[in-house]
Amino acid sequence: MSQSAAHTEHFDATASKIGMWLFIFTELLLFGGLFIVYSVIRFNNQIAFHLAAQELNVVMGATNTVLLLISSMTIAMAVSAIQFGNKKFTLILISTTILIGLIFLVNKYFEWSIKIEHGLYPGSSVLQGFGNGDTLFFGLYFFMTGLHALHIIAGVSILGWVLVRVARDKIHAGHFVHLENGALYWHLVDVIWIFLFPLFYLIT
Amino acid sequence: MSNPEKAHIVPYHTYGIILVTLLVFTGLSILVTSFELGPLAVSAALLFASMKTTLVFLYFMHLKFDKKLYSIMVLVVLLLFLIVIVITFLDYSFR
Repeated sequence: MSQSAAHTEHFDATASKIGMWLFIFTELLLFGGLFIVYSVIRFNNQIAFHLAAQELNVVMGATNTVLLLISSMTIAMAVSAIQFGNKKFTLILISTTILIGLIFLVNKYFEWSIKIEHGLYPGSSVLQGFGNGDTLFFGLYFFMTGLHALHIIAGVSILGWVLVRVARDKIHAGHFVHLENGALYWHLVDVIWIFLFPLFYLIT
Repeated sequence: MSNPEKAHIVPYHTYGIILVTLLVFTGLSILVTSFELGPLAVSAALLFASMKTTLVFLYFMHLKFDKKLYSIMVLVVLLLFLIVIVITFLDYSFR
């Protein structure tokens, strides 16, 4: 019984996608919870947050926003390309998305390095001198952008796996739900950044 | 047997238009928050972020073209999140 079942090629794309969406919901609520924490702490430390947010580089944040938006488009296009049966273009689009994800991380590395050089990191003596509000702002900044960066690393890894499977024809025009789910995850990472950017960089 | 994954294929230019719109919204949110508007700037920035998210959900994540089930699921979760925000807000406003 179980042997014959193992040999039958049965795949439910809808179930697979529902599973991915359910996972995305847990991620949305995870970051949603953090946004609520941010709002409450900001409400209680308005002046400190106003001053601390001015330390962040809007140009750097905006660059990363633009990068993620472009990468979201390229991976969305990859889902269309695979359906058109254009394998080469699909591979180019997934590779571009991965490359942009890596550039995002390099930017993030430089951004964090500058902050740490200036002594703006959780537990630093500089921040302790500023007081609680600034400590909370930078604590949240490093935790939330750090957790987001981990999601970028996860997304790049997933898309790398998808890339290999497209190259080996495991993912093709008749069976591409893994590419779709990988793309959904990448868009989620984009959506989280869409909120992180104004909350930390724009609102001062 | 018909292809179970056969769905609406979104043309490339649709994604191009969405990207341009997203970039314009990003530019506008930077512009709006560059003025000293106080609480109004916060609302404006969050409004632009919500509009961008809506576009990403509908087009990039295919909710507009996929089965309605996914959209209903997303709306339920957003409603749940909204309820939590409202309860937290009420809690902090009336302490």
